[in-house]
Amino acid sequence: MNWKIIFTIAKKDITEARQNRSVWLPILIVPIFFILLIPLSLIIGLIVGGPDAVNFFNDPDLVTFLEKMPPVMSQVLQGLDSVQSILVLVLGYMFAPFFLIMPLMYSTVIASESFAGEKERKTVEALLYTPVSDTELFIGKVMASFIPAVGITWACFLGYIIVLNAAGWPLMHHLWFPLINWYPLILWVSPAISLLGIAVTVLISSKVNTFMGAYQSSASLVVLVLALLVGQITGVLYLSAIVGLLLGVVIWIAGIVLMVYAIRTFNREKLLVSSIS
Amino acid sequence: MENVISIQQLTHRFGDREALKDLSYEVMQGEVFALLGPNGAGKTTTIRLLNGLYTPAQGSIRVLGMDPGSHGGEIRRQTGVLTETNALYERLTARENLRFFGTLYGLPESVLLKKIDEVLSFFALEARADDRVDTYSKGMKQRLALARALLTEPRILFLDEPTSSLDPESALQVHELIESIRQNDGHTVFLCTHRLEEAERLADRVAILNSGKLLALGTLDELKKKYNPGLWVEVKLMEPLKGKITGNTCRGLLKVEQSAVQLKVQVEEEDAIPALVTALVGQNARILGVEQQRVTLEDIYFKLQENAREGAK
Repeated sequence: MNWKIIFTIAKKDITEARQNRSVWLPILIVPIFFILLIPLSLIIGLIVGGPDAVNFFNDPDLVTFLEKMPPVMSQVLQGLDSVQSILVLVLGYMFAPFFLIMPLMYSTVIASESFAGEKERKTVEALLYTPVSDTELFIGKVMASFIPAVGITWACFLGYIIVLNAAGWPLMHHLWFPLINWYPLILWVSPAISLLGIAVTVLISSKVNTFMGAYQSSASLVVLVLALLVGQITGVLYLSAIVGLLLGVVIWIAGIVLMVYAIRTFNREKLLVSSIS
Repeated sequence: MENVISIQQLTHRFGDREALKDLSYEVMQGEVFALLGPNGAGKTTTIRLLNGLYTPAQGSIRVLGMDPGSHGGEIRRQTGVLTETNALYERLTARENLRFFGTLYGLPESVLLKKIDEVLSFFALEARADDRVDTYSKGMKQRLALARALLTEPRILFLDEPTSSLDPESALQVHELIESIRQNDGHTVFLCTHRLEEAERLADRVAILNSGKLLALGTLDELKKKYNPGLWVEVKLMEPLKGKITGNTCRGLLKVEQSAVQLKVQVEEEDAIPALVTALVGQNARILGVEQQRVTLEDIYFKLQENAREGAK
């Protein structure tokens, strides 16, 4: 296996994806909302509104939710006033699943561009006439999605850390973020979910001939993460460090199994025949 | 001369449909070999089989002495393919496209950069080398696709419909480039086309395909001799002929089409022409000119395609 060739394919696909507005626009817009606009609006609201703003959250559902909170989280909230508690709860806790939507979205959009997009633009044939092996081609394309998906998610997380600590300083007066449960989520679960997103997109791309078709189908995986989000908000499933680690194991296994299946079924002849039909 | 491609009893199927049926032929080192046929004849399928992109249903293939099924990568390292659609990365520049493909062929960086400059210059693209390909005209894109196919100095150059989407001026330019590539470097060229004039202009030998079947194979002269649809003579007259020319007027006349001031006569051999002219003079015909009509590849092609259609009925 020639790694120079694999990196060349990955680099070319990343360059192409960067030039496609349908790819970079969602990649740009989502972090603007999740790491800038929404956190800043909440923090500014809490700073300006003070305890009055807290009353907004003081409804019976939230009270039930606080009662169900696991001991680890209760410890985190110990000693915090009501304004600080809201900040930690919403941005330090409920927001966590959004950082699983990001790698999933990034990996599916880039993989759709890389696999189905290349078929759609009919550039795949010239690529297949090169001496590159099927495995090198496959790994190159997977890396073209995996590296940016994980990299951008991590960069967004760094941005989120800065925004929360800097903007939240007037309320917290110390560096309080990230909380312990975020580490497995970001370092372990988000790469796993990127791999799963890519594997599903590759399998869908073998049946679909357009970038949008592949992206729309694979993006339905977001439902899984939305389930986690609902679980988190309703208190049914709390994404603690242990849950994060276990969740990661499940997603890694699913991603690897699907990826092995995808690589076994990936070959030049199928790719050409499916792009003709 | 050694063969670089050898196909024996090759059959290929897509599902139940036979795309190629029992083909056998060879392509020699240094020749321009044209595979001629209408859309769907099996031309692109042949190129894909020869480069190991498809596995044949039956028969054997040898390209540069290797089996594409087991040595596809090694064969592709020594061939260059101009695909039917130019298959260029339009969001990248010409230089980025060439660099990408050159790296995939394993060319060392220093050699690759030099080769890129050479092909860009040869195809007159150096002034726009750093512009995105989506700003190029169709003719420029086709030249760049040709440059890509030649970047690695392939032993066999496959050209799949190289001018089908081009205007006449760009097509002429591409023909001239193909001719100069062949003269300069002695590449073996495997040309797939449905354009008869293209095959006639560029090819040393022609194979005519229809629905995956080989109808004819040979040089243009061999095909003319073998499938000659008859020698036609056109006679232009100054005024209408008073008499009538028929098959019995003189020896060797096969068919006569007579209009006011023009005669089209099919003769058996060239030596029937003087007798025809003598007979016309005998009828006081005032002859402006006598022209022997050249048999073209087009005549042969349409005759063969017609025979194939009638045979299929």
